[in-house]
Amino acid sequence: MSRLFEQNHPYPGKLIIVEGIDGSGKSTQLQLLQKWLLDAHYRVFFTEWNSSALVNETIKHGKKKNLLTPTTFSILHATDFADRLAHLIIAPLKAGMIVCADRYIFTAFARDVVRGVHREWVRNIYGFAVKPDIALYFRVPIEISLKRILNGRIDLKFHEAGMDLGLSDDPKESYRIFQSKILEEYNAISSEYGLTVVDATQSIQKQQAIIREIVRQKLNAYKPAPFLQKKENIYVA
Amino acid sequence: MSLKKRHFYGFGLPYVETEDLSGKLIVVEGTDGVGRSTQIDDLKKWLEVKGFGVVTTGWTRSPLMGKAIDEAKSGHTLNVNTFSLLYAADFADRLEHEIIPALRSGFIVLADRYIYTAFARSAVRGANRHWIRKVFGFALNPDAVFYMRIGVEDLIPRVINSQTLQKRYWEELSGEGMDYWESGMDMRLGGDFYDSFVEYQKRILKEFDKMTKEFGFQTIDASKNFEEINRDLKQGILGILEDE
Repeated sequence: MSRLFEQNHPYPGKLIIVEGIDGSGKSTQLQLLQKWLLDAHYRVFFTEWNSSALVNETIKHGKKKNLLTPTTFSILHATDFADRLAHLIIAPLKAGMIVCADRYIFTAFARDVVRGVHREWVRNIYGFAVKPDIALYFRVPIEISLKRILNGRIDLKFHEAGMDLGLSDDPKESYRIFQSKILEEYNAISSEYGLTVVDATQSIQKQQAIIREIVRQKLNAYKPAPFLQKKENIYVA
Repeated sequence: MSLKKRHFYGFGLPYVETEDLSGKLIVVEGTDGVGRSTQIDDLKKWLEVKGFGVVTTGWTRSPLMGKAIDEAKSGHTLNVNTFSLLYAADFADRLEHEIIPALRSGFIVLADRYIYTAFARSAVRGANRHWIRKVFGFALNPDAVFYMRIGVEDLIPRVINSQTLQKRYWEELSGEGMDYWESGMDMRLGGDFYDSFVEYQKRILKEFDKMTKEFGFQTIDASKNFEEINRDLKQGILGILEDE
């Protein structure tokens, strides 16, 4: 099989991932979840869907020279992820830790398909990814996410608004169209991969209570390795 | 030239129209040092004399990815998936910006290496063979692949000769005679460059041999001399051009 993320991983650790469009509140929820896990003396390892300097520079260079295509854009992000996966996800999973990932491969599936690559192809290139033990999808209507995003800052970032796709000259309108398409993809992915849907229009506390219950049940059978249980080995991020 | 529909190897590039790619894509494959580039230079001239527009493309660094690959290679953190994907991005850049536009304008594209080189290199480094083929699913199927086949015993004297090694050692100031990557030194398959080269190339050749049937390579016996190989390649190319 060439899609590892469709079968359970062999590592002693647990992988918890959160997905959702910008402004869905997923990062806030993951932060709160971590506080709770740390308080319960679990060893937690946090990782984000951030690009390395290598890929960022290449993308910047590509944009300046107008070289980037949907395919190169997609492969570049997969390249970066392959590196992060090895160092920042598989290593802590092998050590038996709880890895909390803010965004995962489903972010690429949704975004890259909206940008024009083939749906199955992008799933295939991420075939080396590890299947999450818990995948939470924070579903929110587009108007609420837009309000949350604009609440925090004045301008939408160029890429975040999908301005490079020529959907609209108005950043807000472009964002609305772009994120709506991403939302559609996410909804499809959510049923395809059985992500746990969280209604992200609910209050922060309510959502947190729901996901803590989900995680509690999933961690029932999880036993941290003895060396992770030693008090002196627990560092708080 | 005819307008027969061109096919992608896998899921393709959904946003690229392939109806009007009227040129021919001819690939010359084979391992490091087998003499591909010299042959391609000659084939280009020969085709141009015949009146064909010719574009050559290599498996080198693309404008988008060149720097990133050099930087990544100079580090020591490359795992096989990262390595494979970097080359996939590099190839996608060349495919979309060089190969496809040239085919659209009716050129013959002579490709010095193609996706099969990536398949061989990734496989010997332990990547999943199915996965790497899916990654390159956006590639166009070539009109023909000429595989310059050579055994390691015939390859050694082409690589280990005074001209090549002296030049690399003294003039290019690379600090090495044999090439680090062509010797598979990232995997340290032997105690020194020579031993690693022999083992690495054996494994690469095995991968190429296995792909011959899978992809319908036309095998060219590259243990022969330049003129004989050249004649065989030209004969093969005429066969494709006469298909019209």
